[in-house]
Amino acid sequence: MTVSSLKQSRPNSLKPKINWARSEEADNFAKTVKLFRQGKYDADSFRRFRLQHGAYGTRMTSDYAMVRIKIPAGELFPQQLEKISQLSEQFSIGSAHLSTRESIQLHWIVLEDVSEIFRGLAEVGLTSREACGNSIRNVMCSPLSGVCPDEEFDTTPYALATAKFFLRNPMSQNLPRKFKFTFTCCEKHGMVRMVDVGLIPQIREIDGTSQRGFKIFLGGGLGNKSFVGYQLEEFTPEDDLLYTSIAVVRIFDRLGDRKNLARNRMRYLVNEMGWEKFQNLVLKERAVVRATQSVITRLNVNHTQDEIKRPIRISDESGMVAPDGYARWFKTNTMKQKQSDYRSVFITLEAGDITASQLNALASLIRDFSSEGKARSGFSQNIALRYVHEDDLPRLYSKLLESGLAKSGALTMTAPIGCSGTTSCNLALTNSHRLAKEIQRKFLELKLDEDDDLKDSSIKISGCPNSCGQHGIATIGFFGGGTRVGKDMYPNYQMSLGGRSDGDTMLGQICERVPAKRVIPVILKIIELFKQHKKSDDTLQTWIHRVVTNGEDSDMKSVSDIKKALGPLVIPPTKEEDPDFYLDYGSDTSYHTKTGKGECAA
Amino acid sequence: MRCLTNSGKITTDVGSLRSEIRDKSVRVIDVRRENDYKQDHITSAVNLPLANLLSDDSPERVLKIFNSLGIDDETRVVVYDDTFGALASRVAWTLEYLGHSDVTLLETTYSNWKSLGLENDSQIPEIQNKEHSMNLQPDILATSDYLQSTIDRDDVILIDNRERLNFLEQHIPGAISLPYRTLATPDKILRSKEDMRRLLDNRGISGNSEIITYCGSVGTLSGLAYYALKSADLPNAKLYVRSFKEWKNLEKPTEKQEDANYWDLSAE
Repeated sequence: MTVSSLKQSRPNSLKPKINWARSEEADNFAKTVKLFRQGKYDADSFRRFRLQHGAYGTRMTSDYAMVRIKIPAGELFPQQLEKISQLSEQFSIGSAHLSTRESIQLHWIVLEDVSEIFRGLAEVGLTSREACGNSIRNVMCSPLSGVCPDEEFDTTPYALATAKFFLRNPMSQNLPRKFKFTFTCCEKHGMVRMVDVGLIPQIREIDGTSQRGFKIFLGGGLGNKSFVGYQLEEFTPEDDLLYTSIAVVRIFDRLGDRKNLARNRMRYLVNEMGWEKFQNLVLKERAVVRATQSVITRLNVNHTQDEIKRPIRISDESGMVAPDGYARWFKTNTMKQKQSDYRSVFITLEAGDITASQLNALASLIRDFSSEGKARSGFSQNIALRYVHEDDLPRLYSKLLESGLAKSGALTMTAPIGCSGTTSCNLALTNSHRLAKEIQRKFLELKLDEDDDLKDSSIKISGCPNSCGQHGIATIGFFGGGTRVGKDMYPNYQMSLGGRSDGDTMLGQICERVPAKRVIPVILKIIELFKQHKKSDDTLQTWIHRVVTNGEDSDMKSVSDIKKALGPLVIPPTKEEDPDFYLDYGSDTSYHTKTGKGECAA
Repeated sequence: MRCLTNSGKITTDVGSLRSEIRDKSVRVIDVRRENDYKQDHITSAVNLPLANLLSDDSPERVLKIFNSLGIDDETRVVVYDDTFGALASRVAWTLEYLGHSDVTLLETTYSNWKSLGLENDSQIPEIQNKEHSMNLQPDILATSDYLQSTIDRDDVILIDNRERLNFLEQHIPGAISLPYRTLATPDKILRSKEDMRRLLDNRGISGNSEIITYCGSVGTLSGLAYYALKSADLPNAKLYVRSFKEWKNLEKPTEKQEDANYWDLSAE
């Protein structure tokens, strides 16, 4: 008799409908790593193989990898969080990282241990397959799909079916470059015009019957050069979803640039060809796909409704006094659902980082508080617990306090996005990750999350021009670089203003280069300028939008007026006056830009 | 069956321990703090807080301690803790170093034992002093001088059992990182033999190489790793019992993962 046979099984958890894993891929990966180390597998082939399986390179070393766990449609089950917690303690740094594309990353994994991660993930139905490399990446879905008051229907089943169709599909194993799908709930929550294929649910009435379909946007994307996507047609019926997807992937596969690695995302193809030509090509290709596919090729959309069942309470909490900070947290972290009596709760993380013990705590909280028994990874490096009954919110808040997950501000500007930057990325020029955390700590201390004027704005930071931190669609966006004063270098950020990702998606306008250690004062100065010039119903976001679109009539008419006002803040002091100015966050040695080889295009 | 010879068992399962306690054929050592022990412990267990052992771990003194716990050369000993087996391992290794051959680790922690509702009480057993012989086993000990002499040897593998971020920040040159958490499962202080072998084999820890383990300061986490290696049939293991703390104090060379701000990825 051993301890395992005595151990009671864990409380019943909802089982995922789809198993994304193939357990044999772990053995295969372990074998291939050995062959590679023995020199029997060349470096280029190995890198492609590794990326195809979701293991990305790490800054300045070939001994470690980052494993990017796909979370299709962002659906997270409690037992999956517990497994990721365990794996992060065993093989990573005791923390995991929520990405901007709803995946969960484990960093600084010894390459020889990657197969053990795969093995663990397979136990809970997860995979990192095709999370990197030239493949179809994690299929995203709005964390509010199914609960958003403004959505026409829930796109989650379509996102899952699309992910299932393309995963390990021979059609998408060797594309010219990576390829991304995002489903959303509504125009406001957006994020569909800056991705290869973005989809918004739409219902059309024909002869008194309503038909489901999508607004499909193609050719958008953020990167070294960013583009806003185009709408393919007014309405794409749901039966055409798969044919359209296949048609676009086939065109990209055929015509995408396989030589110029820096310009081979589909958005460049669309840009070079011109939208109308590309649009025609897609419509023609779709007709061919439709005509030549057998009728069996359909998306397997599972429409079974999830059971919504409020977890049973043993103790009576009706008279519970809410702990301090509850009102602030309720305001800045929860959202009303279309289902009455329920709210969605967003967990504030710092730049997407969460500890192993917090992942475990979260798993318990999902079981105890979410009436759908699962959670969602969100658009901004965070996690949403949905279907929390309003009466349970004070109790949930006090539980979150116990595990250090009750910080306010998740749905406000005080929760900036920061890519991994110099903490692990080969391409990074600055520690964007730490900067995001520094801004958040400072802004929460100043209680800026409670300011309604700032609520709909966003701050997003990339550590290089490649946009993993999505700076282009931020109200205030930053990307990192280095600047030289004489022989000394200091880290700085190119700041852009007025980016957005909703129905009026646009890229931010370049404003000014801001030294890393001046980013916080500069943002505070912009807020001050806004407060001086705002009209009564303005938010920071609407005011900046007016400035960048030349609609502002005060003396802050344009981005260059703002730049002028910020001027004194960005002047570098001498190294003697302020040595700290020349250091990046998290570093006590002199700053230099140092990068390794990127693998996005490999 | 329960001796630490090359083919011997490393851990004792809960079922076996319960029947051995009933038969009074085992000496159980609880290495938690005295206050925790006094509250409750596995029935019949004696207390040896690790701090007590560490305050002076010279063989002469340690031998006296084990004598006072009623252990002679023939006593079957099982050690447990509530710290994933690391403290228990350090005590078991010390017994082994003195020449005791029949010592194993309880397969799980005291919290687990208790949560399963297994026998525990607060009674402190009466112990009769015994006489253990002194038969030191220097083969299982690595000193800093010895370790330094092996650094350039290809047939010696050095394993660092601290957490990954500590390893990246600073480690003994040539060490490989195998954080102590890697060795366990949620229920047991050590993985199954098959899992352990696969894990170690992937990392190139196999065959007849000599293997030295170390951790932060007193050889607990690396003590667990020492037993993990043995559980995977890798008997040629040594514990650098003074570990990284001594190595740094002696200002011996270290290595660091440069040019990356990995600490800022931690949510701690």
